[in-house]
This record gives sequence, structure tokens and C-alpha cells, in this order.
Amino acid sequence: MAERIGVYVCHCGSNIAGIIDVEEVARWAGGNLQDVVVAKDYKFMCSSSGQQMIEEDIKNHQLTRVVVAACSPQLHERTFRRACKNAGLNPYLFQMANIREHISWVTTDKKAATEKAKSLVAAAVRRVRLHRPLEPLPVEVNPRTLVVGGGIAGIQAALELADAGYPVILLEREPSIGGHMAQFDKTFPTLDCSACILTPRMSEAGQHPNITLLTYSELEEVSGSVGHFKVKIRKRARYVREDRCTGCGICVEKCPTKVRDDVFEAGLGVRKSIYIPFAQAVPRIPVLDTEHCIYFTRGKCQICGKFCPTDAIDYDQKDQILEYEVGNIILATGWKMFDCTRIPQYGYGRLPNVFTAMEFERMCNAAGPTGGKIVLRDGKTEPRRVAIIHCVGSRDVNYNEYCSGICCMAALKYGHLVLEKTNAEVYSFYIDMRTNQKGYEEFYQRLLEEGMKFIRGKVAEVTNADRSEEEKGRLVVQVEDTLTGRQRRIPVDMVILMGALEPQEDAMDLARKVGISCSSAGWFTERHPKLDPVATMTDGVFVAGCCQGPKDIPASVAQGAAAAARVAGLISRRTVWIEPVVASIDESKCSGCRICNNLCPFNAIEYDEQEGVSRVITALCKGCGTCIAACPAKAIAGNHFADDQILAELEGALWDASPEALLATFGKKEEQLELKVLNV
Amino acid sequence: MKYAFYPGCSLECSSAAYAQSIAAVCRLLGIELAEVEDWNCCGATEYHSLHRLTAAAVIARNLALVDGSLTELVAPCAACFLNLKKVDHQMSEDPAWASKVNAALAAGGLMYEPGRVKVRHLVEVLHSDVGEEGIRRRVKQPLRGLKVAPYYGCQIVRPYKDVDNTEYPMKLDELMSWVEAEVVPYPTKAACCGGHMTQISEAQAYELLRRLLQSAEDAGADVILTMCPMCQLNLDAYQSGVNSYFGTKFRIPILFFTQVLGLAFGLPLKQLGFGKEIVAAIPILKQKVPAALAAASAG
Amino acid sequence: MVHAAIRGETSFLNEVIEETPHGERLLHCIQCGSCGGSCPNGPDMDYSPRAIFGMIQAGERERVLSANTQWMCVSCYYCTTRCPQQIPITDILYTLKRMSVRAGLAKGTDAPALAKSFVHYVDNYGRAFELGLATRFYLLNKPLAMVKMGPLGLKMLAHGRMSFLPTRIKNLKQLQAIIQKARELGEKS
Repeated sequence: MAERIGVYVCHCGSNIAGIIDVEEVARWAGGNLQDVVVAKDYKFMCSSSGQQMIEEDIKNHQLTRVVVAACSPQLHERTFRRACKNAGLNPYLFQMANIREHISWVTTDKKAATEKAKSLVAAAVRRVRLHRPLEPLPVEVNPRTLVVGGGIAGIQAALELADAGYPVILLEREPSIGGHMAQFDKTFPTLDCSACILTPRMSEAGQHPNITLLTYSELEEVSGSVGHFKVKIRKRARYVREDRCTGCGICVEKCPTKVRDDVFEAGLGVRKSIYIPFAQAVPRIPVLDTEHCIYFTRGKCQICGKFCPTDAIDYDQKDQILEYEVGNIILATGWKMFDCTRIPQYGYGRLPNVFTAMEFERMCNAAGPTGGKIVLRDGKTEPRRVAIIHCVGSRDVNYNEYCSGICCMAALKYGHLVLEKTNAEVYSFYIDMRTNQKGYEEFYQRLLEEGMKFIRGKVAEVTNADRSEEEKGRLVVQVEDTLTGRQRRIPVDMVILMGALEPQEDAMDLARKVGISCSSAGWFTERHPKLDPVATMTDGVFVAGCCQGPKDIPASVAQGAAAAARVAGLISRRTVWIEPVVASIDESKCSGCRICNNLCPFNAIEYDEQEGVSRVITALCKGCGTCIAACPAKAIAGNHFADDQILAELEGALWDASPEALLATFGKKEEQLELKVLNV
Repeated sequence: MKYAFYPGCSLECSSAAYAQSIAAVCRLLGIELAEVEDWNCCGATEYHSLHRLTAAAVIARNLALVDGSLTELVAPCAACFLNLKKVDHQMSEDPAWASKVNAALAAGGLMYEPGRVKVRHLVEVLHSDVGEEGIRRRVKQPLRGLKVAPYYGCQIVRPYKDVDNTEYPMKLDELMSWVEAEVVPYPTKAACCGGHMTQISEAQAYELLRRLLQSAEDAGADVILTMCPMCQLNLDAYQSGVNSYFGTKFRIPILFFTQVLGLAFGLPLKQLGFGKEIVAAIPILKQKVPAALAAASAG
Repeated sequence: MVHAAIRGETSFLNEVIEETPHGERLLHCIQCGSCGGSCPNGPDMDYSPRAIFGMIQAGERERVLSANTQWMCVSCYYCTTRCPQQIPITDILYTLKRMSVRAGLAKGTDAPALAKSFVHYVDNYGRAFELGLATRFYLLNKPLAMVKMGPLGLKMLAHGRMSFLPTRIKNLKQLQAIIQKARELGEKS
């Protein structure tokens, strides 16, 4: 029986219709494509009247298949599937042709665009004819959530879910939760003490009955999908037994080593080989750093073990691999600071009194290495003049093109702290002052009033090559003051570099583990930049805080809470329906060679020893198609991506289209195309 | 190791010391330099200031004349190096420009295929191709006690970023440490020597030169080492001009890096062009590395 | 380089872009001043490169082409490598030098004259000739300064670093044919 296909071409206002002759595409589809009984164009197909039109046509014309040529299926495939379902048509008997992102947004050639649109519509029509009705698969949602990253965004997300009564695993790779916020002294623009507002949240998370805290631990592996992820976590050996340690700190006190602390103290301070990173750490259990420990490097010492009153030091402890099942994952892995040595003209690492922003944060902190005193690298001299350089590694296509967003405000905060704690003058060297959140511009005004000096210009270099008596022995900031158009050399004693916020070194690896994507800079990509900022393209994986892009504390907290709300919504539904796009093995054809078993990236294929055949575990399969392509016996088929469907789609793109369309699509004339590839 | 060699105009006379010491050092290291047959001037910075296409064609003639069996062209002068490299680069990334340049070359019966020749500065060859092992092996008179300030200038390390760090280059520092000279760090090692400013605007030129000399002197340098005839000439020949202009008392010998390498390799002074520098280098060498100097004088 | 003409922009901006490889990066200038701050001759420029770029965008042809900025450039390329927008600043200044000479607006600087003397030797000998270049340049442009340069010349001579005769390449005819063709093909001056 012939199918009855409806084709709907969307104008998307002028987004599509401005380039593609949509009326012509609809007319052509109606007149030329086999089985097409209705072909229409419409201003906004996704509007309720557009959807209603499709629903009515399905009923009135007894349509058996529907094609919509519009935007990306990522945006509206669900919308139109729902319309089909409402009209009694199986939603998988629908296909979408993307003529916006793939055509009208990427060309200005109207004629070629129209021809290519015809080609894609023809492909969709041929494909949809072979679609088979499918039913989505139900999956129970495990109420436990994994939150990766124990900075403020992760803590917020964990607490929201835990308070709602759901179990949470809060994973942190450092020995304590708290993240960067724990390193800060003050927070802008209100100048409240960072520790004072953060530590109550940290201890709440540490003591919450619904939160399992795993610090000094990292995510190793993820499998499964929304509702039932399986995660493997490496809990690194602390060499301290958590069940015995009381956090008394005697081991730390007695440890005879001193190690530069490049993490919490940003290289400005020291710690011991066995250490608790800071006083309010959660948990208050030390870790032993084997790289510097005398016992581990030279085989003798064990002073910490001798002094421990509860016998908690365990030199034989090993890493543990823990496995959990969780329903959802929230990534809140934060950021790292730009390596300022990459800009040699600013002298970091070569000129001692050039500091990074994180070093300065620690210096200002009363619990930090200088006890909160702002002093030069010698540890005692107070600077007479301080320069703060903005945009170090940000807004610079040689390093990071983006604006890090928070540095202007942090620079103002530093300016305030210098003015408050010392007698020094402070200069800010900025390109554009960006203070666009609540209370931020007012803070800028406050600093103008407090006498911070502002020079508009990107600093060219910081040098110790003096040219005058005044410059001798000091650092000279050379800059064009762009407001006067003059080159200036300003002698200072201390320079603070406002380094860019960058994605964590291993962000791409983590993205691969959980199956989400990253922007070219390495920030995790959200499902929609405006309307779905905490979800990702992978169901059940959410992002919060700076791992999604640079942001300030209020925004990180808001995202943490938002991600938790999304997860809570899924948990309360108990069951989610997932796409039936999975592989299945025809056991009569399977030779039991097991090639597919090892190739499957999701461990979703098991081998039945007795029957000698492989089977797909539907709940774990993500429909990637690797096994289908690899099977030497062609025993594996993929729902909705069957060979006949894909070949039909290609044929539609190639055979039904005009020579002009082929030229537009492939940039080659018909006779130059090697079309024989289809004769498989 | 065989390379095509583009000496550049200065090596013919004003920087004969560079030419001699390059020849002596390369002979010892087994580097064969085949001079490009009938090469012409690279046009320095001057030709581009008036004519873009002609400048490119004049430079490209040299690239076209490189012996077809050789793929690397070595230039010892910063300006020549950059001009040759830039013309090749611009022809490579812009085919329309390349065909324009080639249309001009065709009038002389020549053609240059962009990318055929890789243009390199001599310091890259010694640092990367000969390498640490190859250099250390030849050292007969380690220059312990001689404080050298390696000077890179501009056009070897900028604008192209593939030669060395553009802000704080290290290759010559490393080369000198391999012959055990004491390398002094100083902040202006990649700053400008003034280029042609000595000709057209001496006030500016003297100021630029003063900054370099001051910075090297503050660092305690016995000698400044250059890798470019123009840098050497400006720092050396105009040093007394700087002194009378500012009332300073600089007396820092300016040598080519190959002269100092040759000294460490135990080559005879007369093969290395010593004595052509205007601020005499021999007295300080006698004081700091007497053994090396004695050996070189005897040879 | 190939680029789309900038709609509604002055022809001056388009000309500068047209004549400079990657000149279209000029459109990305954010007026940060890292060029003017980096320039070793910055203090002596009428306007910093940054200001010049603003003027180019504003179509101020005469003010730009009569500025000393481009002639103060020593081709050190610090501005180019440091520019956060990868604008080929030094190359744009070369373009402005050429446009300024063509427009007859290069004033108050000896640089064009030095360049002309240099080009004269390349065109007629195929090699630069230091003594000849200096003599020709000073005689034509600043005969008084020549007296001052005398002692330096003598010193160079004494150290065997000055030659009285220019070298002429063998196949000068070939070079001159190339030069002539290049002038016909592409030069606006």
C-alpha cells in the first residue's frame, strides 16, 4: 500500500524564507515526490496553529508519514512528534529536514539554497517512507544523584537535592570541598568574608545525612544513561583511616617536611607532607602526599604514625574503586587560572614582585601565608604603589578570545583591599570596565571615590629595565594611556595579573566520559544557551557553575540550584521515557565472534555462553551504531537508523534532486560525483 | 649538512668579521653553505616602504635562484632572514599574490614555487640541527668567566613565532651556555637597536641604543653578542655617539656570536675577524678568558 | 588578500585593508593600545598606531597620511606579536608609508629619502652599497650632517669595514626586467 506523506516547509519568519524560496520548495515537493499528498509552507510551523495544521491534515488526509523542513531537530523534533502523536500517528513516522542551520544560515546564495532545500526534503521523504513505528522505552529513575565537584556550585546543588530528601554523592578531587571560594578573602561587591558565608554551607554538606562525601576522589568511568547511570569512582589513598581519624592535627604538627602548596595557597605558602589544606576543611581528615613524604621517598620516618593518638595512619592504604548507580549526574567542576608565564612580557615567574590574582587572594586572607598582610615577595616590604593588570589571557585571540567576566570586579576588590590595608597607591589598567550585575557599577563608583587610579590601556609590558632614577629597582608598567594617546611608564612595586578563567585541564576528558560536548574553548556545552542553560545534550547530565563558562559566585549558586531542580523533577517522575534508538542482534545470523562486545563504548553488549550469541542490553545501549558497522555477519540492526533508511535518505538527496541541487550540496557537478557508492 | 646560503650585502664588507667567523665555524662543524648564485639585495626595510610588489619580486628572485637540490636557505642577517621568510610565507598563503610575484619573476625567466624553500636563520641551524651535543663536542676552550649578553633584536624572533620565544628568546643563551660562557640575563635582549633610525633620526636611535647598552651593562656583561650585521653596526659604531650624546661611558665590545663560538672551538683569531670591531674586544677577552685568547692568538 | 568590501565604509579604510595581507583584522581593533604601549618610538609618534586605526575608521585620510607615525616605525614587530586581535600592525604601517609617499603627504621626515636612495642602489647594482648609500642620502638630504658623520666613516674605514666600490650583480639585466615588470603589474606609484 502506498504511503500518504505530508510535507511542511517552515518560513521561520525570515530566517529561512529570507534565503530559501519556501513556496517553491513546497510546490516542488507536492508535484515531484512520490507519495506526497500534501505539501505546504507556513510562517511558523512550531507555533500552535502550525502544529494544529499538521494534526488536522493527518486526520483529514489520512497521512501515514510526516516531514517537516525547518530548523534543527535538536530544537523542535519533540514538538512535531507530539503533534503526530496527538493526531494518532506514531511519532516515529516523522522526519525533520534541517533547512535553517544547514542551509539558510550558512549561505547567501538564494538559488543554490532553494535547490539544496529540495534535495534535503527529498531525502527526508524517501527516508520517512521506510520508518517503522516505535515506542519509547521506559526507564526507572534512580533517586541518587552524583555531583562532580565540591565548589560552591556543587555544594549548592548537593544541598538542594539532599534537603529535598534525595541521596547525593558529592565527589571532590581535592582533600576538602570548598573550591576556589574557600581560597578567597572577601567577595565582591559586598565585601563579606568568603569563609564566613561558605564554611557553614561546607559543614552542612559534610554532615548532611543524605550526602555521601567522597573527597580526594575522581570519576573514573560512566556507563548507562538517564535514570540508571553506573559510575566508577577512584577513591585515592589518603593513608589516613577516616573511621579512626579525629582531625586533631597532631600528625601535621609533627611532620618534619615543608612543601610548597601550589593548590590551596597558590604557590605562595607551604604545607606539610601530611596536611589538611585549611583550617575549616571538610572533611577534617588529613591526606599524606607520598611524593614528598620522607617515609615514602626514603623509607624512614613514620613520625606521623608514631604520634597519632588513634592509630589512624595507614601506610599500606590503597586506592579504592567504588561503584554506584545514580539516576542523574551534575557536573560542577569549575575552572583553573590561566598560566601567566605564557605572557613573558608581564614577567611572571621572572620578576619576583609580579603576582597572580590567586596569589594575591591568599595574601589578603588573614589565614593565608602572610597573615593577611600585603607585602612583596620578600615577605615584609609593603608596596608603595600597586598595579593591577586586567585581561591577562582573556580578550586576546592569542590565548582566550572570551571575556572572563569576573576579573574587572575582582580587580576593583583588590584595589579596595590595597587601599584599606596599606598606604599604597593603586592603578588599574583596563581595556573596558565591565561591571554589569547588581551592585557592581556602584562598587566601581565606590573605588573611583576611594582614589583608585584607572588607566585605560592594555599593558604592553612589565619590565625591570629602568630608564631613570625614579624607576631604579622597581617594576615599570609600560602602557599607552589611550585616553590621552600617550605612552606612559609607571614605576610600581607590585603587579597583580588578573589571569583568565580557563576550563579545567581535563574538562575534555570528563566531557567524553559522560558523553557531552565542549565549546572550542573547552567549556561544557549546555543544551540551549538561553532556554536550557543547565541541561546538556545528554539526558540526565547537567552542568552548573564555571565549568559551563566563567561566572561569578551568585550565578554559580543559581546554576547549582537550577540543576538540582531539574534533577528533582526527573526523580519525582520516577519513570523517564528514552528514545528507542537502540541496536538489536538477529541471533539467527550472529556467529558469536564477539567483535561487537569489545567495541561497544557503553558495555551494552553481553555474550550468552550457552547459546553462543551476543545480545544488546537495551537499557545501556545509546544507539551509536559502532556494533552495527562492525558486525561481519550484518546481524545487528539499529532502530531508526537501519541501512535501508539511511540508503534511502542518501538516494533522496542524490537522485531526486536537480543537477543544480547536487552542485549546491556537494560543490561538484553530477558527473564528477562518485555515485556508485550507493550500489552496495 | 648542506644548506643554501644567502649572505646579504653587509657581509661583503661592513660585517666581514661575521662572514669570516661563519665560514670558519661552519667548516669546523661540517656545515656546508652553498652561496646562492648571483643573489641580490633583500631590500632591507626600505624597499617595502615604497613598493610592495617590486620588493616581493626582488626578494623572490633569490628564492627562485636557490639550487633545486637544496630545500633550506640560511640567512645570517635578521632583515634578510625576515624578508625572505615573509615573501615565501605570503606567497604560500595567498595564491593570487604568488601568481603576481611570479608574473614579475617570469620577465627574468624565473619562477618560485611557494613553500619550496624553508628559510632559516643561522642560529636555528646551530641550535637545532647541530644541537647541544654537536656544539659541546667541539669546545676546546670553555669560555668560563666570560659574561656574555646575548642580543636577539627584533626580526629573528618577531613577527614569526616559530623561531624562538617572541618576548624572551633563549636559543642564543643556550648556545652560549653550551660553550660554558656565563650568560647574563637582561630584560632588553629582544628590544630594538634602532634599525635605520641611526641614519634618519639620531636622537631616537641613540635613545634606543642607550637602553640596550645600559641594560647589558647593569647586568654586568663583558660583551654583547649579536646575530645581525645591522644590530652589530648600530651598537658598535654608534656607541661613542651615544656616549657623547648622553654623557655616558659605555665601552662594551659588540661581537658576532660566531666569533665567540669560534673562540671556544679554539679557532685562530685571524679566521674569526677579531679586530674589526670598533670598541675593541681583545682587552676584555685577555682579562676574562686568557687561555682561550692565547690559544687563538697562537693558532 | 581577498575580503569583502566593508559596506558603507570610507574608501580609505578599504584601501588600507586591500593593500595589506590580513588587513581585514583592522576591523577587529578594540582600541586597547597594546601597540602604542609596546612601541620603542611610541613617545615620539604624532599618534599611536591605535589612534591611527581610529582615524582610518573615521576616514581621516590626510591626517593619517601626513602623520609621522608610520615613519617612526622601526619594524620591531612588538605591536604585531602582542596585538590581542592579531592585527598585522607593522604591515599596515608599511602600507601607510607607501600611501603617504604616493599622496605626497610624507613630510618632516628623512625616511622616504633614505628609502629612495636605497632603492636606487638595488635597482642599479642589485646590491646595497653602504658608503654610496650614506653619501648619496646625506648629500641629497642633509649635507651638513655629513660633516658630523665624517669621523664615523673614517673609523669604519680604519677597521676595514668600508668599501669604495659598489658590487654589481652579474645578471643585473634579469633583475631589472623583473623590477620593471613588477612596477607595471602592481605598483600604484
